Formats: sequence, structure tokens, C-alpha cells
Amino acid sequence: MRQAVIKLHPPGALLALVGNPNCGKTALFNRLTGSHQKVANYAGVTVERKEGRFSTPSGKNLRILDLPGAYSLYPRSPDERVTCDILFGQARDEKRPDLVICVVDATNLRRNLRLVLAVKRLGLPCAVALNMADQAESRGITIDADALAAELGLPVVSTVAIRRDGIDALVKLIDTPTAWRRPASEKATGNAVNHDAGDHIEIKRILQRLGLDEIVPHTTSDRIDRWVLHPALGPLLLTVVLFLMFQAVFAWAKWPMDLIESATGALGTLAGDHLADGWFKSLLVDGVIAGAGGVLVFLPQILILFFFILVLEESGYLPRAAFLLDRLMGWVGLSGRSFIPMLSSFACAIPGIMAARTIADPRDRLVTIMIAPLMTCSARLPVYALLIGAFIPAREIGGLFELQGLVLFGLYLAGIVGAMGVAWLLKHFTASGRQVRPLMMELPSYHLPTAQNIAIGLWQRAAVFLKRVGTIIMALSVALWFLASHPVAPPDAQESAIEYSYAGRMGKVLANVFEPIGFNWQISVALVPGMAAREVAVSALSTVYALSAESDDEKAEALAPVIAEKWSLATALALLAWFIFAPQCLATLATVKRETGGWTMPLVMAAYLFTLAWVAAWITFHTAVALGFG
Amino acid sequence: MPTPSQRQNETSLDQASIGEKLLVTRVRPSPIASEWDRWLGEIGFFPGERVELMAKAIPGGDPLVIRVGQSTFALRCAEAACIDVIPHETTAATQTQTLAMEGSGA
Repeated sequence: MRQAVIKLHPPGALLALVGNPNCGKTALFNRLTGSHQKVANYAGVTVERKEGRFSTPSGKNLRILDLPGAYSLYPRSPDERVTCDILFGQARDEKRPDLVICVVDATNLRRNLRLVLAVKRLGLPCAVALNMADQAESRGITIDADALAAELGLPVVSTVAIRRDGIDALVKLIDTPTAWRRPASEKATGNAVNHDAGDHIEIKRILQRLGLDEIVPHTTSDRIDRWVLHPALGPLLLTVVLFLMFQAVFAWAKWPMDLIESATGALGTLAGDHLADGWFKSLLVDGVIAGAGGVLVFLPQILILFFFILVLEESGYLPRAAFLLDRLMGWVGLSGRSFIPMLSSFACAIPGIMAARTIADPRDRLVTIMIAPLMTCSARLPVYALLIGAFIPAREIGGLFELQGLVLFGLYLAGIVGAMGVAWLLKHFTASGRQVRPLMMELPSYHLPTAQNIAIGLWQRAAVFLKRVGTIIMALSVALWFLASHPVAPPDAQESAIEYSYAGRMGKVLANVFEPIGFNWQISVALVPGMAAREVAVSALSTVYALSAESDDEKAEALAPVIAEKWSLATALALLAWFIFAPQCLATLATVKRETGGWTMPLVMAAYLFTLAWVAAWITFHTAVALGFG
Repeated sequence: MPTPSQRQNETSLDQASIGEKLLVTRVRPSPIASEWDRWLGEIGFFPGERVELMAKAIPGGDPLVIRVGQSTFALRCAEAACIDVIPHETTAATQTQTLAMEGSGA
């Protein structure tokens, strides 16, 4: 029996932006809504849901949805499924839009108009935004918007998402009451699917009448592609780009990181000086400030990494990189499409796993999800940065490279090699591994990324990270502080206070598991909250060491010199190896559960990563000890 | 309708040479997956459309970069093998329309 679904959604008219992938839809959305947007998920699926609000000059308040890009209303991925469900009025958590704006790429009407015809058949009030009109003009494509409107029987406005003037025309159209009226003559058939052949002829006819049937060469994009897709230079360029990206993460972030570090240090001292000794002071200084501050310091690095990913994505380079890597990925049984989710996973596995939704093939998608956590996410950066800073000397090698940067590059590489190894095994030991699976990936024309889109993208990511610092990480820091400071040590204690606490006892039990791989009980304690979010391991270490220190002087010391003194190099290297494969945070496992629809895959994932991490750390530790670094 | 001589020149897209101007004659169902011909149609491969092979990946010559109409797509050889093409002669201006009509089943 089907349960009735009660639909609850905010009041007010709903406007939906629909369009092919790469038509500049999101840029238009950013232009319309500015910063008045929120990113969430659609109910039941983790398709990114972008909703914004804006008011028209006449005072009309609108909700506006940026629907996932689709080539047709015949969905072949979960992303496209969402777009279809909303347009057909079948979405669980959203009403049918009151007005649909079809965003079309003016440089590519041939393909984009097909979706317009399909949407028009739905019988919803509909208008066309002829986007990227400036680029079309610079290529010599002049489109008569009025003639196109007459051919389609729909209002058409020219827009340039990166300029204000084009948007005004669109806003004016939205403000026209007639635009919201359902087309009377069109019968809503709901059958958007079986019109392909007819649509091709219809579009051909329209283009011929508008004098747009000639194929205009993409001179600039083609010229860039001669270099980017060059058999020898292309892969070389890709390597250089990725290498620069990782060097920049360390070099550029140094100054803002120092600033945040000294600011949290000053705040801790200030609080320490003005508060009476007691549990509250301990909570604030050792739990809250040391815990959250130790993670906040990595915000600059995360932003730099996302900056590069956003620029590469906006410019159109990412699909080219996927093309170049398709062969390599094919060798381990994946397609080039898996590259984009995996690259996103370098920032965080969660958006990476969510980006796997664009992979139509279910097997490719599952394998990509399973190996995505092996990509070094930015949450591991704090751990890497701490250990590299403490144990690897800052030295130049050959006058070109920095040793610390090279080690970091090596760690990233180890994660990639690990992922490839797992995928290779899956290819050879599963029946589906050897089939040929589809690619069909668009290589959009190159665009100069716009500052506004990059800024909005960065702001959204920073907000997500800060929210994590403010909620999960803060809560865990406080919980760990409690575990690490209760029960209180007896007055005649010989050992440091933490050894009497719950955390100390837990760490000592866990140390039995971790001792063979060279971890002391402090590390074992820190790994427990590290399961909730990896970067918490650093703040946990800060808390553990701040509380186990005998004097205030020792507390004041930064964490890095403390561990450099107390751990052997072998232990540090083993911990690095552990974190390459480390079982992912709980949020990732929750995402995997949601994406795969059950507990099987997240449990399999946790088990296999745990085993890999333990084995890798064991090998690293014992090799290092044998080489005399114990 | 392509003439018999044009049918003789018909090859599949994965066999084409780089830079050659081509016309799609038909998209055949793939022996690998039944959805491929429909998906290829959605991204713009339909009878009468102009296509050109732009580049091949090295090593192995797979995947391919293909210009279809005004768009550029990366396709596997196995995907391109479902698409039959003939050389696009400049004199055959009306051919495009004929092929499109044929493809619609009209």
C-alpha cells in the first residue's frame, strides 16, 4: 500500500531554471540571486539542491530553483531524474514550478533547443533565456530573439550571465503577468519522451529559417585543445597543473595560517588570564579554543584547494583532464568520468561521492564511491600538515622543490595508487569489471571563470566547513575534553592527569590494537574522535597533550614541537600511512549509506579501509624501524 | 536517401580519419548496451547531423574527441562504432534534409 505524501513547501511562486549541462545556468542563477541562496539536498537523494530568493521590481517575491543540468527529459542519472521529477510534478518535497526558464547556450542552439521543445510540451508556463549571447556574437552568430520567439511560440530574451544588462531583460520578463499564464493551446501530454526524431526536424527547420543552420567553427576552443589534448603535451600540462595546485596549498596558505594560529593562541592566553582556575577555564581553553582553533587553522588550505577546483571546473578544463585520464582509468576498470568525483574528493569525500551521481553506469558509480575516500581529503591535510611540519625538515631540493611539499605530493600519490589498486582488483575479480561501459562526456568550450561564481562557490564551501567547526567538531572537542579530564586525578597523583581519565583508559585499551603499528596511547585516544571527523584527530591531540602536560609552559607550546620530541620518526611515518587509508569519517559513511541505499556498502567500506590502513601502517613502521628511525 | 555509391562509402565513426567532414546516416543499437543509441541521439547524433573526428587519445586511440553539430563530445570507440557516417560533400546541400527525413521514419 502506498502512503499518502503530505507536501510541505514554502509559499510563494516557484521559478525553475532548466537547461543542458554547461549552458551557464548556474552563472545566471548566481546573477539573479546573488548571495541569497542556500544549498541543500533533495529529499531521499543527495542531489544538490540550489534554491534562491529574489524580488522583482514590482515587489513580487519568488523562490527560484537551479535544477541539475539535463540533455533530455529521459533521465539517465540520478541528477537528471530530479530535474524530470520536478518538471513532471512528481518530486516529493517540491511543488511543480509555476514558471520554467529554459536556459539555452546561444552558441549551441542545435542541441539546446531540443530540451526547450520537450519542456514546452509539458504545458507549463515557459520562457527561454538565450544565454551566452555575447559569445555567440563574437563567433559571428547573430540570433534574432523575436524571430526565435515566434518560431517557438515562447517568450525569448537574450542574456549574458556575466553582465547586468542581460539580466534586466529577464527580470522584466519574469515581472510580466502574462509570462506566468499556462499556454492554452498546448495539451499537457506528460509524454516528453517519444518525440526525438520529430524534434530534430523541427529544430533544423527553425535554424534554417533563422539562417543559423551553418556550423560555426570553435576557433579559440579548438586552438586551446590542440595543446591541451596533445598526446604528449596534454598529460604533461595536467601533471604540472596538479603539481602546482598542491604546492600552492602549502605555500600560499602559510601567511593566513600563521595569523589564525597566533589569533587563537592570543585568545587562549586572554581567556586563561581572566578566568579563575576551574573546570570552566579548562573547558574553554583546552576544549573549545584549542580544539576548534586547531582545525580552523586549515581553512586557508581548504579554500585554496577549492579555488583551484572551481577555476578548473568553470574554465572547462576538468572534462579534458577526464578525457586524458580515461585510458588510465579504463585500465583499472573505470571511466574518465570517475575523475571529477575523485578530484572533488581531494577537497572532501562527501561532495566527491555526491558527484558520482553524474556517472550513469551503476557499477562505475559504486566503484567510484568505494574508492573516493582514498583520495586525500582536505580533512586529512591538518594531520599531514602537523606531522610534516614536525618531522620533515623544510629544505629545498635541487633549488626547485621543497622537501615538505614533495612529501605531501607523495602522500597524495599514495592515496591515488591505493585507489587504483583497489579498482584494479575489483576489475579483475568481479564479473562486471571487464565490460565496456559508456563515456559520452561533453567537452564544453573554454570560458574565462568569473570572479562572482568563484566567490560564491568558495563562500558556500567555507560556510560548510565553518559550520562543521562550529557544530560537530566543537561538540566532539568538548566531549573529548570531558573524557580527558574526568574523573579528576587524585591530589597525590604521580602521573599526568589524563592518565586517570576515561580517555586515558580507553586509549590504553586501544593501544593494544595500535601498539604493533607504533602508536602510543595518546595517538590511540585521538583516533577515537578522529572517526567522527578526521581533522578532529589534530584537535584531539592538542587536547590530549595540553592536558597531559605537567606545566603551563608546556601547555603553551605549539603541538608540533611536542610531538616532534615525543614521537619517533617511525611512529610519525606510520601515522601518515594510517591516514592515507584511514577509515573515513562518519559523515562520509552516512553519505555512502544514503547513496547506495543500505548499510552493506558503508560497512564493507569501513572494514576494508580499516584493514588497509592497519597493514600499511604496520609495514611503514617496521620498515622505518629496520632502517634505524625507531 | 543516400545513393548506392554513398552507401559504399559508409563506415562507422570510429573508423573515420581525423579532420574529415562527415554526415551521420544512422545510429545502430549497440551490442553492448541497449540504451546507447537513445543516449547518442539525445546528445546530438541523429541522421543528417554533421560530425567530425577531432582527436584520438594516446595511447590506444580510445577515447575519441568528436564534434557533433556545434558540440564536442568524448566518446569511446565502442560508442562511435554504433554511428554510421558518410563523407559530407559540399555539393550535397539538400542531402542533410533527406537523411533527416529518412531518420524520422517519414
